[in-house]
Amino acid sequence: MTAILYLASAVAFIVGLKRLGAPRTARSGNRIAALGMLAAIVITLVTEGILNWGVVAAGLAVGALLGAWAAVRVQMTAMPQMVAIFNGLGGVASALVAATEVVESDMNGIPAETVVTILLSILIGSITFTGSFVAFGKLQGLVPGRPLTYPGQQVVNALIVIGLIGFAVWAGVSGEENGYWLVGGLSLLLGVLAVIPIGGADMPVVISLLNSFSGLAAAAAGFVIESNALIIGGALVGAAGLILTVQMTEAMNRSLANVLFAGFGTEGATGAVTMSDLPVRRATPEDAAISLGFADSVMIVPGYGLAVAQAQHAARELADTLEERGATVHYAIHPVAGRMPGHMNVLLAEADVPYEQLLDLEQADPQFPQTDVVVVLGANDVVNPSARDDPGSPIYGMPILNVDRAGTVIVVKRSLSPGFAGIDNPLFYQENTLMFFADAKEALEQTVSALRSL
Amino acid sequence: MTTLVVGITVFVLAAFVGFEVISKVPPTLHTPLMSGANAISGITIIGALTAAGIGAAPLAQILGFLAVATATVNVVGGFLVTDRMLEMFKSRGDRERRRA
Repeated sequence: MTAILYLASAVAFIVGLKRLGAPRTARSGNRIAALGMLAAIVITLVTEGILNWGVVAAGLAVGALLGAWAAVRVQMTAMPQMVAIFNGLGGVASALVAATEVVESDMNGIPAETVVTILLSILIGSITFTGSFVAFGKLQGLVPGRPLTYPGQQVVNALIVIGLIGFAVWAGVSGEENGYWLVGGLSLLLGVLAVIPIGGADMPVVISLLNSFSGLAAAAAGFVIESNALIIGGALVGAAGLILTVQMTEAMNRSLANVLFAGFGTEGATGAVTMSDLPVRRATPEDAAISLGFADSVMIVPGYGLAVAQAQHAARELADTLEERGATVHYAIHPVAGRMPGHMNVLLAEADVPYEQLLDLEQADPQFPQTDVVVVLGANDVVNPSARDDPGSPIYGMPILNVDRAGTVIVVKRSLSPGFAGIDNPLFYQENTLMFFADAKEALEQTVSALRSL
Repeated sequence: MTTLVVGITVFVLAAFVGFEVISKVPPTLHTPLMSGANAISGITIIGALTAAGIGAAPLAQILGFLAVATATVNVVGGFLVTDRMLEMFKSRGDRERRRA
């Protein structure tokens, strides 16, 4: 009977995930999944013969308060970091479930498959925990975002992996509890060392992959405590996280292995031609307003600079002003704009931009030749024509928004500094490009007021 | 069938369901989807509740408490933050209705 009730939870997760995949049903999907989770918790509390009610209640209260506080407080721009923290905590919870099993059971008397799944829970859960927190630190600026590499790094990591295997075998064969703790400790260390050589701009891929890991850790914990609900929930997330990860790397035209092991961003700048001496056309707010004021079609291309400047509301303000003047305005969203796929969409949605105005890469790109003015807001690599024209460029082959084909391109940027890939951008030096050096938010506000006085 | 074989069967089938359900998602929804999926991975909370609830050794209870607390942050925070994100996705129609 209990198994049937858990099955209802699992069905709620599947239906919820499915509905999360379409804009109209997404919110209800999330709620259905949350209800499934609530049901699973209640079923567990009622049927599992809980004895230590104090411990359980304290854990639930502390976790619920912290989780709710963080969820309500977090800024939309900091969403990727928040997901990283939640994900890390979910991972460590699975490891702790397995650790409790080690403490409680006679490790010599349990079946081999339980030993293996306990070790897997501890391993994957611990890596997820520290890996996610390093990713959080990199995005938050607490840990240097650049790839941290040192000589012999691969050797050190390989030794840790060998050590892990050794301790795992020892723990399993001897039944020695300390073997499990050593596996846990080394896994925590491996999580840190595996993520520090990856550049800050690739953290979303890492978080997405670790999200998949936290699902696998949960599934492994499900094997330990023989719970199908856990196995189903974990497998769903493991698969979903993997697909999202692959889609993200494809959008950057890179392989997952390249993201994880290449230390991308360390050598990019050396291969590129230095163009910083070339002249650029600087624009004032009035120049931008004149170009925009007489345009029939405008495309706004937001990038991470928009998120940093919290300029999403100012961007909508500009779009509204232009629409009142009779122009059609769309937003072109590159798949890796911002810090996670869809991050830009969330920010623009926060500013009340209707999602019909948001175009993805395939929809937006054919329109650039017919677009009068493109406004690039703090985006760089995703509009860099080198990715299309220069086979020597580190980002060559990455699908880009071909904004250089539009009538006029206004690039709002704080300086000429290159993007995360460390590559100069020929777009900035083009004839039809106006460089507007300013913080995205200030630039937009000044342009809107200049437009109003046209 | 042993419990292990049943478990593996369930795992493989659920993974296929996960691939099928996710593969048709527009990029717009990637961030909320990742966040929502992450909240679902907090299902490990049911293992945590059992571990904390029936552990006899003091160390088991401490580990169990930590497991429940961390899993609950994942679940409660994850679903709430996803809802906050999705609340903002509105079509033009919704937007005009709300202004009226």
